[in-house]
Amino acid sequence: MTDTALSSAPSAPRKGGSLLELDARTKRRNAAEARFRIYGLAAIGVGLFFLVALLYAIVTNGVGAFQQTSFELRIDLRQEVLDPEGNGKIEDIQQVKTFAYAPLIRQALLDEIAKHDIDTPLSEAKVTGFSSPLDKLFSSGAVGNLRDRVLADPSLIGQTIDMRVLASSRVDGYMKGRVSRESIARDKNLDAVHLDLVDALIADGVVTKSFNLAFITGPDASDARPEQAGMGVSMLGSFFMMLVVLFLSLPIGVAASIYLEEFAPQNRFTDLIEVNISNLAAVPSIVFGILGLAVFIQFVHLPQSAPLVGGLVLTLMTLPTIIISTRASLKSVPPSIRDAALGVGASKMQAVFHHVLPLAMPGILTGTIIGLAQALGETAPLLLIGMVGYIASNYPDGIAAGFLAPNSAMPAQIYEWAKRADPAFYERAWGGIIILLVFLMTMNIIAILLRRRFERRW
Amino acid sequence: MPVLWLLLILLVLAIAGYLLGRNRALASAGGDIRGLHSLPSYYGTNVVVLTLVPALAILGLWLLVQPMVVDARVSSLLPDTAISDSSTRGLVMSDVRRVANGLDEAVAQGAMTRDQAASIRTEFTDVRDRLGKVGVALGSDVGPQVLRAAQSYRALAATGKLLMTVAVLAAALGGFALALLRTDAEFRARNAVEVAIRYILIFAATVAILTTIGIVLSLIFNTIEFFRLYPATDFFFGTTWSPSFGGGSQLGILPLLWGTFYISLIALAVAVPIGLFAAIYLSEYATPHFRAFAKPMLEVLAGIPTIVYGLFALLTVGPLLMKVFGSGSLGWMQAGTAVMTAGLVMGIMLIPFVSSLSDDIINAVPQAMRDGSLGLGATRSETVKQVVLPAALPGIVGAILLAASRAIGETMIVVLGAGAAAKLSLNPFDAMTTVTAKIVSQLTGDADFASPEALVAFALGMTLFVITLGLNVFALYIVRKYREQYE
Repeated sequence: MTDTALSSAPSAPRKGGSLLELDARTKRRNAAEARFRIYGLAAIGVGLFFLVALLYAIVTNGVGAFQQTSFELRIDLRQEVLDPEGNGKIEDIQQVKTFAYAPLIRQALLDEIAKHDIDTPLSEAKVTGFSSPLDKLFSSGAVGNLRDRVLADPSLIGQTIDMRVLASSRVDGYMKGRVSRESIARDKNLDAVHLDLVDALIADGVVTKSFNLAFITGPDASDARPEQAGMGVSMLGSFFMMLVVLFLSLPIGVAASIYLEEFAPQNRFTDLIEVNISNLAAVPSIVFGILGLAVFIQFVHLPQSAPLVGGLVLTLMTLPTIIISTRASLKSVPPSIRDAALGVGASKMQAVFHHVLPLAMPGILTGTIIGLAQALGETAPLLLIGMVGYIASNYPDGIAAGFLAPNSAMPAQIYEWAKRADPAFYERAWGGIIILLVFLMTMNIIAILLRRRFERRW
Repeated sequence: MPVLWLLLILLVLAIAGYLLGRNRALASAGGDIRGLHSLPSYYGTNVVVLTLVPALAILGLWLLVQPMVVDARVSSLLPDTAISDSSTRGLVMSDVRRVANGLDEAVAQGAMTRDQAASIRTEFTDVRDRLGKVGVALGSDVGPQVLRAAQSYRALAATGKLLMTVAVLAAALGGFALALLRTDAEFRARNAVEVAIRYILIFAATVAILTTIGIVLSLIFNTIEFFRLYPATDFFFGTTWSPSFGGGSQLGILPLLWGTFYISLIALAVAVPIGLFAAIYLSEYATPHFRAFAKPMLEVLAGIPTIVYGLFALLTVGPLLMKVFGSGSLGWMQAGTAVMTAGLVMGIMLIPFVSSLSDDIINAVPQAMRDGSLGLGATRSETVKQVVLPAALPGIVGAILLAASRAIGETMIVVLGAGAAAKLSLNPFDAMTTVTAKIVSQLTGDADFASPEALVAFALGMTLFVITLGLNVFALYIVRKYREQYE
């Protein structure tokens, strides 16, 4: 404060000058100082701005994936269509293909149109037949859903049931503002007539948006059905991969760190290991993918796209991280602990395993969780071992299949969606990122809490 | 699942061994623990170690070696006539494996008996059709020689598996018996166990070496294979990259290296000034309170997976740049994916990398040097510019080199954000591609691994590995040398 007050005071240049007045050179230096400070602040500001922009883009683009548009219809499950034999045998009902179910949904929509007295040219659309203009409103998977529901409970036949019928991705996009009347002008998947009808149905509460649980738990869907795509199966893939990583990298990493920190003599061999670890930590992840492809798939003939292979590759990638953090926490245990143990007659091995290791455990677990979080988000090596380019639509049946059957993983699934042509999948990709980040955030928070709760300062 | 069963048997044996060893030791000391050399649990553990370790080692090695031996044996059985001109021995062998797996599947599903699977002949049965029924799709009809080879493959694999089971169980039981025989009050069980644990620890530590060896070998063998099919000079000095799986591709690495270099340069131009200034502010000016807030916030950027940055580049930054520089306004940019897009986003990703490394290095400069400079009347910024930065310079250069190696090896951002065209252009708004992006695109197709178009990915990987390794070793050398100065 005093500086600025002084510098602003009028002063004639005097020879020698007063100590209390700033000369031009000092002012210049002070200005440079202030500028330098502002550069620093600005740099941090820019960094934080990028962070905010990134998170903003993720949230605004991804939230839509957690909501899904559907039609609330009353569907009359007519017996003469679904069970022509009329004997209620499941084998006969299974003979009826989805083709027969489509008219039921169309009819239910026409009923709704008639009930609310909506004036639309579509009310004249034909109900039976291979295709109808009404079909463009529904997801092509909706009929299958209805059939699955009937097959699960054949007693429904003959009744009228309430069902949320999944809307097509265009209608869904219209509800979320992604599709506009201009954009469908060139789109053969939907016409303006449909949108008029949807507008009327929204007003009547037939078309609604609801929470999209299927996105979190459901399987992926093919290119034509973005509205049905979910993360569930790839989440399981990631889960099995993380199991492999945890059960391999934690024991191996801890054992290696204990050896290097507590037992290794100072010699060439130890140096070689150390150099290798620090270099592996900096090898690009894609190179680990090449390693996985050449060694695990080409050489050992493990199955392609299997979470086991992904887990092995990610284990090798995470090991350096875990070793480095474990060594740091072993190092932070004071030597007096070891000396005391040795002093009462413990062997070196007992001192380490009974005293040093338990004390270092919180640090080791923190490092492991952070390593796992890193592995969970890693994509590049998974591309090379074949975890993209196919549709993860089947849940693994059983534990062994979980490790060995082809599957995707969360980041690979996101990449897969980002690569597809239909922009409706972009929303899914952003939504997938939200799920992935929630997992990462949870893991990191657990790590921080562990550290806060158990870490001891010596 | 015989391997799983084998593991379960070993586990049961180990548990039984632990209890038996422990009790036998106690019994030999007359139930008095003071008569034993070691604690009773060590005798038990000794049995467990001797049972499990040799058996598991044999199991692991066998599983690794058996496919190679079987492959070699079967491959030598295949006469040269079985390999048509358009095919290679490797391709025929993968057919053989597929047919063998198909037969296994058919036996498992009960569509064939074991004897049928071993004796069917293409002359009498349509094997492709039979296997198709159990859900094993084969690309082409099965020739008699391939089927014969597949059958001997199965026979060899079955014999191998049987031998393996016998060997593993023999090793486990042998170790079990030996350990139990040695168990008595005088036996130094603790020393024995500790030596074994020590070797296990050493083995775990060598995994790092094995990984490096694995990387180098998998790169070298395939690279040599590639250079046998494609001249090395064309690869290193070719200026055109146009792979075509039909043949006649030009695989020059220069456009890829240029794309990699250009994108990394832009990334560093974004990350280095921002990261460096942020580090200076955080370590020299910021209050502890502000530092405690801003530093972790910046480091959040480092924790975000690269696929997120890739999507951010493709769907947010690309379209944004298109609005500013695209055909609607300035017309410099043809599409959202460009060097600039990828470079900018990669720069954002590298900010925390540069800032935390530089922060550490600036903090390592002794306070006495700052005090001396401030005491002579320098302002804080003058102190930073004339004393702290020169002292920290080698370390900062090391940090920048590490960031550069990160940028060169980064994959997801460039795969999604940089485009796919390999170009030698100076315009930063052109789409270009990088070494990593091309590794992905050459290896994710349905190509067979014998064609130069797929093998080139290994040569690219080798180049990438050598460049990043060189940068890392150099950077670590600089950082280490500098650290020694002030410690």
